[in-house]
Amino acid sequence: MTDDSTNPAQRRVVGTPQIRKEGAEKVLGRAKYVDDIEFPGMWHGATVRSTIPRGRILAIHFDESVPWHEFVIVTAADIPGNNHIQMIAADQPCLADGAVNHCDEPILLIAHPDKRLLPQAVASVRIDYEELPAVLSIEESESKREIIWGADTSTPNVFKEFVLQKGNVDEAWSSAACIVEGEYSTGAQEHLYIENNGMIADYSDDGGITVWGSLQCPFYVHKSLMAVFNLPEDKVRVIQTETGGAFGGKEDYPSIIASHAALLALKARRPIKMIYDRMEDLAATTKRHPSRTRHRTAVDKDGKLLAMEIEIATDGGAYSTLSSTVLSRATLHATGPYVCPNIRIRSRAWATNTVPYGAFRGFGAPQTIFAIERHMEHIALAVGMDPVELRRRNFLHDGDTTATQQIMREPVILDQLLDRALAVSDFYAKRERYARENATNPVKCGIGIAAFYHGSGFTGSGERRLNSLAGVDVTLQGKVRVLVSSTEFGQGTNTILAQIAAEALGISYDDVEMAPSDTHLIPNSGPTVASRTSMVVGHLIQRSGRQLIQTLKEAANLSDNYTRHDFFAACELLRARDGEVKSLSRYEAPPNIYWNDDTYTGEAYPAFAWAVYVAEVAVDTITYSAEVIDFHTVQEVGTVLNPTLAAGQIEGGVAQGIGYALYEKVQLKNGHMFNNQMTNYIMPTAQDVPPIHVYFEQIPFAYGAFGAKGIGELPHDGPAPAILNAIQNATGESFSAIPLLPEDIFLRFASYGLDPENITA
Amino acid sequence: MSDCRIQLTINGQQTSVEAPPMKRLLDVLREDLDLTGTKEGCGEGECGSCSVRMNGELVNSCMVPILQAHGAHIETVESLAIDAELHPLQKAFLECGGAQCGICTPGMLMAATHLIAHNPNPSLEQIREGLAGNLCRCTGFIKIFDSVITAAAMEGSRTHAR
Ligand code: FES
Ligand code: FES
Repeated sequence: MTDDSTNPAQRRVVGTPQIRKEGAEKVLGRAKYVDDIEFPGMWHGATVRSTIPRGRILAIHFDESVPWHEFVIVTAADIPGNNHIQMIAADQPCLADGAVNHCDEPILLIAHPDKRLLPQAVASVRIDYEELPAVLSIEESESKREIIWGADTSTPNVFKEFVLQKGNVDEAWSSAACIVEGEYSTGAQEHLYIENNGMIADYSDDGGITVWGSLQCPFYVHKSLMAVFNLPEDKVRVIQTETGGAFGGKEDYPSIIASHAALLALKARRPIKMIYDRMEDLAATTKRHPSRTRHRTAVDKDGKLLAMEIEIATDGGAYSTLSSTVLSRATLHATGPYVCPNIRIRSRAWATNTVPYGAFRGFGAPQTIFAIERHMEHIALAVGMDPVELRRRNFLHDGDTTATQQIMREPVILDQLLDRALAVSDFYAKRERYARENATNPVKCGIGIAAFYHGSGFTGSGERRLNSLAGVDVTLQGKVRVLVSSTEFGQGTNTILAQIAAEALGISYDDVEMAPSDTHLIPNSGPTVASRTSMVVGHLIQRSGRQLIQTLKEAANLSDNYTRHDFFAACELLRARDGEVKSLSRYEAPPNIYWNDDTYTGEAYPAFAWAVYVAEVAVDTITYSAEVIDFHTVQEVGTVLNPTLAAGQIEGGVAQGIGYALYEKVQLKNGHMFNNQMTNYIMPTAQDVPPIHVYFEQIPFAYGAFGAKGIGELPHDGPAPAILNAIQNATGESFSAIPLLPEDIFLRFASYGLDPENITA
Repeated sequence: MSDCRIQLTINGQQTSVEAPPMKRLLDVLREDLDLTGTKEGCGEGECGSCSVRMNGELVNSCMVPILQAHGAHIETVESLAIDAELHPLQKAFLECGGAQCGICTPGMLMAATHLIAHNPNPSLEQIREGLAGNLCRCTGFIKIFDSVITAAAMEGSRTHAR
């Protein structure tokens, strides 16, 4: 049996629409999410948070109307280890100690057996502050009137800076036929997973700390708890419960809430459950980084890009958290899928006194792809060229080099994707028809396009540093188990990894299950982020499977044409010899991968997923609402492991992208989100999503599982620019900021003093 | 306020609970009756993940004080499968990919059951309308629409929907 063929004809399990592993439990309502779990003697925890964006804590008063002796109260003084959340740097306190740097910053924790008494108790803690001037925007941070972070560094208020150079930009301006400038901005975005953040913790002197909760990255939480509690590895145990959506929002935040629940558990000496309600989750947890990107581009008379100067600024919030890596991905996606000989990108992540921004599907890429794909539209207008044609002329091809000097070694089929997108959406015919009909219709329709790539896996040397370990074992009950720390939160990890294992081992999908997501039982296959699970972790499972078959052939005489029965019989022979049946593989970088972190040159990503998206919109010039009426997606993500799940990823990502563009606005006052309710933070509903058409081209990637590349983040990158390009096509109006709400459209029309009836495309 | 005794029929079974009159039906289901299939997403009547049927009407159980449910017939997601046999909607959600993270699924299934009970062959527009009160952040709704259409076409869905 071949186990690693990239030839689809030889596959049985990979590429088929297998039913989601944990699907039956979910549709039966039996899947256990963290709030569904109860322990005897369990109490409930809550958080007292800062009400000001920046200041010193002078005193904490406990209102006497509350019977405080019934409560357990934890402050920074109760932390046995380091008072910080272990992320890339260690600047974020676990609990504020003497000073606060953003609204909703945790200051103290309380627990009580009756959760209904907690809100009143939280409200009965009064904190006196000496307020300090707050920095609430990128511009205020840039002005450096207040230094709120890194006062002792050469770049105060800056979490991270990248400068990326290719060719010589300065010499290119003089030869340009045209120089086009533009500024683009994107707002914060809330993940709005339907299950809020939540965690249960318990402590015992023998076992140390155990937490159960909703999370993406068990070993991130593990590492953080070790630091906060000053405990060795084996005294911290992290168990993932069924997780009701994450999208990056449960990448870093669970380390905080797990630490909090565990601090209460340590002091109360009993299990503690902490579940945020929607208002607290919206106000206190991470969001997508707001951004501002400036472009200055030189083009020749034929529309060829001669030079690109790009300046990126992101708002990182009060602590550095993941801002540097988000900025890295933003930087590496800023030029779009285009080739240009001269490039200079300068990017910075700025500190502000707002809740730290964090990981969200796309991780910086949606921000800068929005900018470049709007900017291409402006360049097309400036040179008088069809925006589709302008893109085609500048597409990357095999053998071209990117901004980091990475040579495109794998096939790049952007032309093919574009052709297919134009054909399936009937682009030109529709554009013509809309233009004709708009002249007499108060509802203006338009069509727009976006082309983009998304790098799969960690950036640069990231995967080598992660050094992931994953594999399979065989239980006494005759089941193959997948051993990974990669988690399921809706995207299909369980299913695709089981498919890969079944394919590699030549057994059926039903013979494979997932090992429990428990740090005591699983190897560290890295975090479940960065579109790395299919490609990187899946490949480790494939290799482990192949390795196990090899061992069984050598040690247990497994024949070449083995049956399922032969396989499990051979496993038992191996178990008799070795005591276990287990096969693990460690990450090995594909050959020819070179990356220089200082100059930011080399192979930024081992592989890229590519896409062309087409949006159609209807803009009502009476109500000023913009609606997406049809959406076509064409993408190349390597091998599609499970067509149902893959299409589901694209559709879900597009819907979130539509929300990002047209609906979802995080409204801040003093850095506090004041529309922190689902009533006021609006995501697309069943009535707002258009038909979403999904098409895949498949070019197997030699170093991904059965040829797979990353898929999860890609679909969030394209919708926003495609939609605003379509709105420009519909109305003739160019908008450069998202979210674009009806009031923004109204303001634009009103500012011209125009009667909307007279506006034609 | 002191507790009151509430009689109600849950998934065909008569029960009584003692609870504060303003305790939410959602909490009574999850805490007093251990029916944790019904989920809380917002607690403000916006997301529909707590949807159940009460006397044949679709309600957000986070908005119903238990006092109001006295004497009522309540159906939750736990009522859909009969013995080991999945409801056609549950089958369709599995096959079509209508459930991803699964947290909206119980509420979505109750809203879809309600829709099909009233309209065995809903159009896409009617499905969009019927599910407008139920938010899903994972699927973009497309595979949920497919699931409902598939279930409606499955034989037996008519008789099975109670
Ligand atoms: S929890 Fe009831 S509607 Fe959201
Ligand atoms: S499947 Fe995750 S919210 Fe619907």
